[in-house]
This record gives sequence, structure tokens and C-alpha cells, in this order.
Amino acid sequence: MSTDRQRSKQWLLTLPSLAWLAVFFVIPAVLVIVTAFRPADLHGGVGAGWTMATVHEVSDPAYVPILWRTVWFSGVTTLVCLALALPMAFQMARVGPRMRQVLLLLVVIPFLSNFLIRIFAWKSLLHPEGPLTRLLVWLHFISEDAMLLNNAGTVLLVLIYTQLPFAILPLYAAAEKFDFSLLDAARDLGAGPWRSFSKVFVPGVRRGLVSAAVMVFVCSLGQYVIPQMVGGASDEMLGSKIAQRVFSDRNLPHASALAAGLMLAVLVPMLIVAVWQRFGRKEAAS
Amino acid sequence: MRHSRLPALITLVVIVFLFAPLVVLITNSFNASRFGGEWEGFTWNWYEKLWEAEEVWESLWITLKIAVSASLAAMILGTLAAYALHRFRSWLQDVHSLLITLPLVMPDILMGMSLLALFVLTGVETGLLTIWIAHVTFCLSFVTMVVLGRLQDFDFTLIDAARDLGATRVQAVKKILLPLLLPGVLAGGLLAFTLSIDDYVITFFVSGPGTTTLPLRVASMMKTSRSLPVINALSTLLIASTFILAALSFRLQRRA
Repeated sequence: MSTDRQRSKQWLLTLPSLAWLAVFFVIPAVLVIVTAFRPADLHGGVGAGWTMATVHEVSDPAYVPILWRTVWFSGVTTLVCLALALPMAFQMARVGPRMRQVLLLLVVIPFLSNFLIRIFAWKSLLHPEGPLTRLLVWLHFISEDAMLLNNAGTVLLVLIYTQLPFAILPLYAAAEKFDFSLLDAARDLGAGPWRSFSKVFVPGVRRGLVSAAVMVFVCSLGQYVIPQMVGGASDEMLGSKIAQRVFSDRNLPHASALAAGLMLAVLVPMLIVAVWQRFGRKEAAS
Repeated sequence: MRHSRLPALITLVVIVFLFAPLVVLITNSFNASRFGGEWEGFTWNWYEKLWEAEEVWESLWITLKIAVSASLAAMILGTLAAYALHRFRSWLQDVHSLLITLPLVMPDILMGMSLLALFVLTGVETGLLTIWIAHVTFCLSFVTMVVLGRLQDFDFTLIDAARDLGATRVQAVKKILLPLLLPGVLAGGLLAFTLSIDDYVITFFVSGPGTTTLPLRVASMMKTSRSLPVINALSTLLIASTFILAALSFRLQRRA
């Protein structure tokens, strides 16, 4: 086959998905950044001309606590998810193929179950009249009027619950490729279980660890449904503000400015990881 | 040498943690008590109420229409994309691969927000069409990843063998490549279907006043406490269908 035909064949195969994503992914993302510099009109649309006003509004110090809370919630969620997912991935990679399939299916089912339903399930589990509250009151762990819902702890709990599969799946994929005889070697050389886990297994699944951390952190940054459903008034995240600006205030430029900020917050850590991984690969090659 | 039991214990705790809320929800769907604090006897009542809730079935129909058409489109686009990514190495594929991976890590709210900005600025009215476009966009990357994983195991010498034996290019694709690739494509399609049925955040941004998908309906039902036990019944049915779809997808992906 001539290279010309090869080239046109490549374009023909690539163009449909490339064009689709250019029109419905790249252009919209650019539009969000552009819209941040446009004035709002009264009907919830975008006015004519250009303005810096929105950017100034968004730099208001009132946003700092929300920003801080968003990062803090996401950070804690990431750490807890990794702490639970690492030993779990380790275990999943060690059991036989049949048990492995069962465990994988057990992780995937809650993951694929409707997101709202999983939040709703926690809502009814933690409800003041719900089973958990009754049990804890009966055991005298909490007082009659204690609220399990609508606080920062609940938001964190449900965040961890929904993000956990995002940590388990990439870590399991990495653990599956890990050479477990290295652990036996470490044992033979006198390392204890904790030492061989932290010094041999964890570095061995480094790549999976990084992608799990990025996945969980980035997905948590954009959450707004969880704080809205199980959180209190003081548990808003950046996503809550974006949704509020779009649907309650009908101020698209303001929402866009916040979204543009979030987009940068998402892209920067990913860029760092991409550079780090490319650099790491070169290092390994040399 | 015995190894530590701690990882096994943590695995057990995590599985219990993942399923506890779902089990409570399913149990409550048969509980005569409204809040499920205590067991007040078995009932089909909530399922009967769900059966009579016409607006739920209406939104289920809309959801299914979108899910089927969006996953079909994503299957075609994603399979072509995966084939191109697997077959060619060039700057074009570097760009292509970046564009395919980015939506996987883009938070839902940003994708919803940016598609809304596109539709508002171009004056496209939000509704069935805009939801469909959004769903194809986020399903595309997932289908591509599944099919790409499948292609990596595919033995391309089979195509060469077929060509040597006199098959035309079209015949080789139709008789060898597609049948062997089909389980992967179907598994990708099933994943897209599940994701489409599940999506709330992006759909919320790009839906019009007249088009309410099932997750949007569930969200509005959650706001009125009258229908809470009915959501339990609906959720139980949805979890059961997820289980069946996931099991089916597993079988498809495992078959060589």
C-alpha cells in the first residue's frame, strides 16, 4: 500500500472521533474560558462585549474558604481511598483467578449502580429515623438528638464511598502485573510484612498509585451533588457554587469564571503527572 | 511463611462498606415502615405505588431511548477511534489519544458546564438532542478504551493469513476482524449504556424543561419526602438490572 493511501486511510478512521471531540469537547472547554470575560445578560444568557468584572468578582476573598474546603475534602478523600484500596488491590492480585473475578464484580457493581441512588442509600441509612441512628442511640454511642446527616463528616464519608472504586480499579490493574516473588525475596532477606509491603509492593505499583490518586482527587474537586444532598449549609464545595450560579442566579459568565478556575486546578496536577511520568520513563531508559 | 491477614481483613471491610447501604436500601423497599428504622412487616406496597407512578415510566422511556442511541453512536465512533489508535503511530494519533483520554478525567460538572455554554452561545435549544450529544461525548472515550484493550490482544496475522488465502480486504474485515472484535465492542457498548442511564450531573446541565431522564426524575423525587419508599423500590430494580448488565459484560469480556 502506498503511503498516500495509508495516510488517507488513517485520516478517514481518525476523523469521526477527532471531529466529534473537537466540536463537543475542545470548543466548549475554550468557550467556558472565553465566557468568563463576557458580561451576563438578564435572561441567563451572555451579553455582548467584553469585561473583566467577573474575574474581579471571582477573586473575592469570600471564595477562599470554599476553595480551601474543596481542596481539603478532596485531599482527605484521596488519602483514605488510597489507604483502603492499596491493601485491597494487594489482596485481589494474590487470590486465585476465580475469587479475583468475584471480587472484581463486587467492586464494579456498586460502582455502576446509579450515583444518586448510592447517595440516597446513605441518606436513608443515616436518617434520624434510620437504622444506624437507632442502633447507635441504643448502644449509647450518640445522644437522642445527634445528627448523622448534614455535616462535613457525612460529606467526606459519602465522597469516600463514591470515589473508592476509582482508586481500587487502577491499583488492582497495577497489582495484577506486580511480580509477587519480589515479596518472597524481601521476606527471605529479613523484611517484615509491613516493611516488604511499604518498600517493595507500594513502589512496585507506583504508576497505578499515581493514576488512582489523580482520578480520585480530580473527580472529588468537581463534586456538588454530595455536599448538596448530605451536607450542611457550611459544606459547600466549588462545584456547588458553579451549579448555583448556573441554575439559581442564571449568571453564566460567573459560573464560567469559576469553572475556568476549576479547569486549571484539574489540568495543572495532571500536567505535572504527565511530565513526571515521561521524565520517569526517560530515566528508566537511560 | 504465613503472610499477614490484614489485607484480607481490609478487603472484607471494604466490601461490607460498599454493600451495606445498598442492602439496607433493598431491604427497606420491602419494609412497611416509611423510614425503615424498624422492620414493620413485608410489603409489596412501594412496588405497587411505583407501578402506578406514570411519570417514572415516562422518564424511563426517555432514558432508554437516549441510552440506546447514544451507546450505538459511541460504539461506532469508539471502534473506529480504537482501530486508528492501535494501527497508526503519528503526531495525529498523539493528538487523538490525548483528546480521547481527557474526557475520562474531566469532572462531570465541567463537561456539563462547557456543553451548556456551547448550546447557549450557538442558540441550540436544550432537550433530547443536546442530552444525546452530551452522552455520546462522554461514552465515546470509554468505548474506545475497552475496544483498544481488546485490539491489543488481537492477533493481526489472522488478517494476513486470510488475505494470503485470497480474501479481499472487505472480506477479511467482515469475516475475521469484526466477529473476533465484537465481544469487545459489545462490552464497550454495554458500559456506555450503563453510564448513559446513570448520568445525572451532565444531563442536568444540558436538559431542557420537557425532557426528564430517570436520574433527573429520581433527584426531584428525593426532594419530596412523600415518595421516599417508592425510590427504594425503584432503586432495587435498578440495582438488579445493573447486576445483570455487569455480569453480562464480564462474560463478554472474558470470552476469547
